[in-house]
Amino acid sequence: MKTNSKAAFPYILWVLFFTVIPFILVIYYAMTSKDAGSVTLENLANASRYFPVLIRSVYLAVIATAICLVIAYPLAFTMSRCSKAMQRVILLLVMLPMWMNFLLRTYAWITILDNNGLINSFLVSLGLPKVQLINNSSAVILGMVYNYLPFMITPLYSIMTKIDKSVIEASQDLGCNSLQVITKTVLPLSFPGILTGITVTFVPAVSTFVISGLLGGSNCFLIGDLIQQQFLGNEYNLNYGAATSLMLMVVVFISMGIFNSFDNDEMEDSMI
Amino acid sequence: MKKIFAVFSLFTLLAISSSALKVEDESYYEAFRGKGIKLNVFNWGEYISDGSEGTMDVLEEFEKISGIEVVYNNYETNEDLYAKLSAGKGNTQYDIIIPSDYMISRMIRENMLEKINFDNIPNVSMLDDKYRYPDFDKTGEYSVPYTWGTVGIVYNTKYVDKEDTGSWDLLWNKKYAGNILMFSNSRDAYGIALKKLGYSLNSTNRDEIEDATELLKEQRSVNQAYVMDQTFDKMENESAYIAPYYAGDCLSMMENNENLAFYYPEEGFNIFIDSICIPKGAKHKEAAEAFINFLCETEVAVANCEYICYFTPHTEAAKVLEFDERIYPTEEQLLKAESYVALPDSINSIYDSSWIEVRSSLDISELVIVGIILGLALTVLIVLTIHRRMKKGKINY
Amino acid sequence: MKKFISKFYVALVFAFLYLPILVLIVFSFNESKGTVWTGFSFKWYGELVKNELIISSLVNTLIIAVIASIFSAILGTAAAFGMHNMKKLPKNALKNATYLQNLNPEIVTGISLMLLFTFFKLTPGYVTLVLAHITFCVPTVVLNVLPKLRQMNVNLYEAALDLGCNRRQAFFKAVMPEIMPGIVTGTLMALTYSIDDFVISYFTAGPDSQTLPVTIYAMTKKRISPEINALSTILFVVVLAILIVVNVISAKKEKEDARKASAFFGK
Repeated sequence: MKTNSKAAFPYILWVLFFTVIPFILVIYYAMTSKDAGSVTLENLANASRYFPVLIRSVYLAVIATAICLVIAYPLAFTMSRCSKAMQRVILLLVMLPMWMNFLLRTYAWITILDNNGLINSFLVSLGLPKVQLINNSSAVILGMVYNYLPFMITPLYSIMTKIDKSVIEASQDLGCNSLQVITKTVLPLSFPGILTGITVTFVPAVSTFVISGLLGGSNCFLIGDLIQQQFLGNEYNLNYGAATSLMLMVVVFISMGIFNSFDNDEMEDSMI
Repeated sequence: MKKIFAVFSLFTLLAISSSALKVEDESYYEAFRGKGIKLNVFNWGEYISDGSEGTMDVLEEFEKISGIEVVYNNYETNEDLYAKLSAGKGNTQYDIIIPSDYMISRMIRENMLEKINFDNIPNVSMLDDKYRYPDFDKTGEYSVPYTWGTVGIVYNTKYVDKEDTGSWDLLWNKKYAGNILMFSNSRDAYGIALKKLGYSLNSTNRDEIEDATELLKEQRSVNQAYVMDQTFDKMENESAYIAPYYAGDCLSMMENNENLAFYYPEEGFNIFIDSICIPKGAKHKEAAEAFINFLCETEVAVANCEYICYFTPHTEAAKVLEFDERIYPTEEQLLKAESYVALPDSINSIYDSSWIEVRSSLDISELVIVGIILGLALTVLIVLTIHRRMKKGKINY
Repeated sequence: MKKFISKFYVALVFAFLYLPILVLIVFSFNESKGTVWTGFSFKWYGELVKNELIISSLVNTLIIAVIASIFSAILGTAAAFGMHNMKKLPKNALKNATYLQNLNPEIVTGISLMLLFTFFKLTPGYVTLVLAHITFCVPTVVLNVLPKLRQMNVNLYEAALDLGCNRRQAFFKAVMPEIMPGIVTGTLMALTYSIDDFVISYFTAGPDSQTLPVTIYAMTKKRISPEINALSTILFVVVLAILIVVNVISAKKEKEDARKASAFFGK
């Protein structure tokens, strides 16, 4: 079918105005000084001082992503081997929490983990000592895993439904034990799904500012928190903020580049 | 304070229910009716009587008497307010803000405030001149005092030993690690550290700021969280035991949890005035002035002070209010109080970046984890790459 | 045994996913504030209805989501049509911009739009919010419609023309039904993104145009009120009902299609 390329024109304008120009503005603010608007590298130099924050954000996000993958992979596989009706139900159950406001769900974890929360009250009622479950990096990782687990499950599941049952049976017939079936058949075939899952989990995890604020206490200041503080909070400085954001963007795109260097062809189909 | 004023509250309640609220000049507010004005009020959390537990709902009363619709939003800190105002500079959507002293002088310096037309605020005559013409606004053209207050420590007597109290040291006490809170804004946090070191709250000396930074880093290791309004919940439900906070708010917490107690640290503390201002470019300046006048009505000022428990600059309200000796500073204590002044931008930026350093520095356990992850990631990368090379090699072969 | 383990595992993951939601629901019926159970009560639901701020934010959220998703549907579908037949270079450029928008960290999209609005002195409010929401919603529609266009039989349009349709008829009667599922899915996804978005709204909303997530965030920064629990319970029930209805309908339809197909081939 011939379609008219002109139909994309409004969208091109939109992209120009609301994606390209804002991006240029971020660079512009990152490269100019606060008052005079003259070109300077001071903001970027200053951003290098935020390295500890960046490192913390990255390592927490890496751990959270890894845990998500480990939890989601067997689940997605089990799901994909269920009957069609069952698959539908399970997928619904996976998606359902995503429809509820994530702030509320994260907030509910405070009720559970707090020093006077449900778990600790339970422990106390049994005569056991309290445990510190919140206001540390483990709680932040838990919050990330909790919020982004569905992001990991869906692409894994959708790619695994495409793995034909007969392929697995064939590999079994050819003498693979169940471990080999996984490592030699399922794993390679689901690789693009893994990459997509990692990307869509890692990106929001590394840039979050709400989860750390709610669950992290004093030792989990993340890059997202910093950016929020620089734009609308205590550290107001748009130029520094733009530089920090630029740094975050670079990290995100480098890590995405690394993931995707393993796989270029499947990106289009699995990205959605 | 709510209990102490129970009798008085009953009186106010009766006054509200029997007739409308008593104001000096009702026709003044009437003039705004029917104009469809929406007034944007930007205030601290828990900083206006909101009608809960039988108190006066000040915003609703104002809407009733003037027909002006109030849009009400909260900010957490002065810096937060500054950021939100700067983001919409010259095009602000707010009509009323209530910053503290040092922020007001910074805003005056940066031309962010409107001059108030006091012809529209007859009730200003009831305010104490001491607060009406303070150092941060000597001519009194930009601000109308709302409350004044102090900073001290609120702690839970169930968990904290009496002998550990008395100074700011309590916030550094390892015995209570994980149960101590700290201000999330740099000015108040540095104020505490500087006072503990015996310096001025307004230090511009780089070495002193450096010392305070180290001290705050040390505090982070025993700290539970950097918070503002969350302090209320955390202290009241005992998920934290010790917090530095504004005296009036500490009193409200004590009303809700009888285990809480309060003291002024012996090294000295901050004393502040929060004043009502109109940001530059406010869309409804006259309505804003009417609102300020309304806040200065005696009955409203009393209701607000009862609710937020801060001290009032309103002379008529002060006559009926009796301040709680648990938080009211003595003359002797007041001698050690110091107020913040606006610092030059260059010093502000030192504080800002040092504060980020406090918040962000990595501790050793974190560095170990980072090392392990880096090692693992590298191994996986190498294995995968080699695996791919080998595979490709096979196919080519 | 193996079956049991896998079932147990699935149950465990779901327990993890639903535990906080269960807590929210249970405590929405608690009489007192806080985490100690003092008695069953609908008190917080009553308070919720009276809370003007929550109600007005909910209305804001819905209005903005509807406007943004409808606009995105039109803009995105047109864009997909245009891109389908573009030369390789501009097509790839536009596609990459779309991916970029979709994968960019939300906070970066948020602050860059905030900078845009600040730079052009646009007052944060409904307009900026809608613009921001359309910006992150359109890519979803584009990326859902494009594959449908690619999968479509190339001759369909010509066949319709040959059979006597004019161009407009051919478009609406032959092409549209083929890509409709893509448009619907894309628009629905855009709608949910818009309703759920917090980060981008946080940076672009004005004081009187706050959406529900922004309001909830402000509430978590203060004393928490159990009204929030009541609200989440209601939202959960509504969403659950919608999803069940949608799924039952589509399951029925699938069955029917299968039955028709088998009847057809059965002969």
